Amino acid sequence: MDFNDTPQEAEFRAKCRTWLEANAELKTKKTNSAKNMNVGNKSLLEAAAEWQKKKYDAGWAMIHWPKEFGGIGATPIERIIWAQEESKFNVPKGVYEIGLGMAGPVMMEYATDEQKERYLPPMAEGKEIWCQLFSEPSAGSDVAGLRSKAVQDGENWIVNGQKVWTSGAHFSDYGILVVRHDPSLEKHKGLTFFFVDMKSPGIEVKPIKQLTGGSSFNEVYFNDVVIPDSQRLGEIGDGWKVAITTLMNERLAVGDADGVDANEAFELAKKHDKDGEQLIDNNAVRESIADWYCEASGLKNTKLRTMSALSRGDTPGPEASITKIVSANKLQAIGNFGMDSSDMSGMLMDEESDFIKFQMAWMGAAGLRIAGGTDEILKNIIAERVLGLPQEARADKGLAFKDIPSGS
Amino acid sequence: MNLDFSDDQKLLQEEAKKFLTKEDALKINRAVMDSDKTFDQGLWDKIVELGWTGIRIPEEYQGLGLSHLELCVIAEELGRQLAPVPFSSSVYLFTEALIEFGSEQQKNSILPKLVSGDVIGTLAIAETNSAPHKDNILVELKDGKLSGTKIAVPDAEVATHAVVVAKNGDSVSLCVVDLNSNDVEINVQRNIDESRGYYSVSFNDVDAEIIGDEDSGWSNLEKIMDHAAVLFSFEQIGGAQASLDMANTYAKERYAFGRPIGSFQSMKHKLADMYVALTLAKSNSFYGAWALSSNAAELPTAAATARVSATKAFQLCSQENIQTHGGNGFTWEYDCHMFYKRSKVLSLNLGSLPSWREKLIKSLEQANVKL
Repeated sequence: MDFNDTPQEAEFRAKCRTWLEANAELKTKKTNSAKNMNVGNKSLLEAAAEWQKKKYDAGWAMIHWPKEFGGIGATPIERIIWAQEESKFNVPKGVYEIGLGMAGPVMMEYATDEQKERYLPPMAEGKEIWCQLFSEPSAGSDVAGLRSKAVQDGENWIVNGQKVWTSGAHFSDYGILVVRHDPSLEKHKGLTFFFVDMKSPGIEVKPIKQLTGGSSFNEVYFNDVVIPDSQRLGEIGDGWKVAITTLMNERLAVGDADGVDANEAFELAKKHDKDGEQLIDNNAVRESIADWYCEASGLKNTKLRTMSALSRGDTPGPEASITKIVSANKLQAIGNFGMDSSDMSGMLMDEESDFIKFQMAWMGAAGLRIAGGTDEILKNIIAERVLGLPQEARADKGLAFKDIPSGS
Repeated sequence: MNLDFSDDQKLLQEEAKKFLTKEDALKINRAVMDSDKTFDQGLWDKIVELGWTGIRIPEEYQGLGLSHLELCVIAEELGRQLAPVPFSSSVYLFTEALIEFGSEQQKNSILPKLVSGDVIGTLAIAETNSAPHKDNILVELKDGKLSGTKIAVPDAEVATHAVVVAKNGDSVSLCVVDLNSNDVEINVQRNIDESRGYYSVSFNDVDAEIIGDEDSGWSNLEKIMDHAAVLFSFEQIGGAQASLDMANTYAKERYAFGRPIGSFQSMKHKLADMYVALTLAKSNSFYGAWALSSNAAELPTAAATARVSATKAFQLCSQENIQTHGGNGFTWEYDCHMFYKRSKVLSLNLGSLPSWREKLIKSLEQANVKL
């Protein structure tokens, strides 16, 4: 056991580091603030585009992609090393992750060679932004229950319906889309997958105001939107299979909940008093912080085990499946703790104070426990895919989609 | 980056697993529970023969001279199959103390006998119903003689020697005592796990030899506890994995309301929670194993982190395994209770969960360790 890179890994890390140091600024306590994470703000879009282009020109944009699409054919472990190093720098985030993390792999697997040549390089370069159009008002955790309709019309499909929770739809150029082409088939069999130009006539994007007050995602309406059959990904009726590829990538992409952790709770507890004693001297506080520290350390070491497997060239085990469940719940608990530590004034927000991180954590965590698979769905996945437990008895099995009870 | 055991270590683990399965350690454990014994001599003799008691003992003292990592993989298997032997007392506590703090002469006279099985050791700390502390140790060492009573001493009946924590003037010292002396009285104390033995041990002016610096007894004890915490954590994750496996098998086989109970979300979420706790514990134990085997400065923090996570995981998995089995889980006939009881004695044997959470926070305060 050791925590050192192999000589090749060390060399690669040094290369990443050299380039990053020449082109970006290391994070400091000040630059690592919650404010930098807001999306939908013009200057962030510009900053993100600039950074993406810089990376692309130097070959760092999508390093695991083949050369012809702008990558360098990096190994999985090199990809992690790059991400680790990049995360130490203060660079714009929140614009390209979904497109590159979810649309990219699907296009890579299902698009024609000409389409890959046309769409992948601009995606990597940051010239074109992609979004993902899966969830619907009546299809959240049960995403295969989606109702948006596609009807074939010669060389084209006509799409009608509504998507929801679409991050970045308001600034995206293209989107990947699952729709129902035949409601008389069983639920999972009647779905087909496309990519769509977000500037197509009939697409209307309406921002959703989140409980944080910000708007990073949208409702997207489709009114007689025409999509050429050439933009179909996979066979007619294979939409679910293609979507699963994307969802697996999403689960990897969402991963760790960013924000305050055991260390910040520990520092805060040293600053606040209760009944004349420092909070850090209170037993209940000490026990909670110890447990959060163990969870944070457990997640970090779980990641290192995954990396160890990749470094050996092995396929990692299923251990990373615990990441989001643990980190999002911990974030919510620490957010709560932070505000409680200020007692009667814990609700007061001050943009200039570090304390706001706890309030942002508390609000953000409520969404993180849902995004990219709710706690409940992720636990089902661990139970079924890792532990091999049987599926829940279902009320929709064997029925044509149109006959499935919908409660409306 | 390599936070994993080597192929050789994994092979050793596989062999240990095969051996304990062939011996049917779990069945032996049940037999011990049904008898008035507190360990199994036959299984212990075979373990000594395999050389496991000498894994960490240097070759110059006839041991195998291997690292803590080899000991960790063995510990995981002993924990998985609940082997009823004095391994934790003799190897994780007594032998570690001797290797770490013994004088050349003490090592020469005792270590080879630990390898051969002629010496079995234990560690005696507790005296009252409060957590031991350097200010409440009353067993006293004076002019080379030890007096007073220790309680909840593991494996004292089968052990030939003990390291005893004793008050020595104004400080605390560790000393080695021959338990076969006429002036030592050992009485079994009833405990929650019928497959383990805990005893009161009274010393009546018994010859005792100081081990390690005589004024550093308490800090040396803390170091021994850090070593043991990592090794115990591997027994705990072994037991937690066995409990989760049992619950998983049962949830697939047991039908209720016309379907396997494992198809109900309430059961899936329960088992997923067990998997999450176990995964965190396993990863932290790997980190503890690294810190222990490389004698890293982070050891106190890493050991406490492994200990807290592994204690929580084994307690959760063994208790929810009973719950998954319903009424059957509460019977003597099913194995669930053996894991439940072992999870609790493994936790208390080195000090409770709250005590280790406190140690963890103290280590963070002192070392200023950051994640």
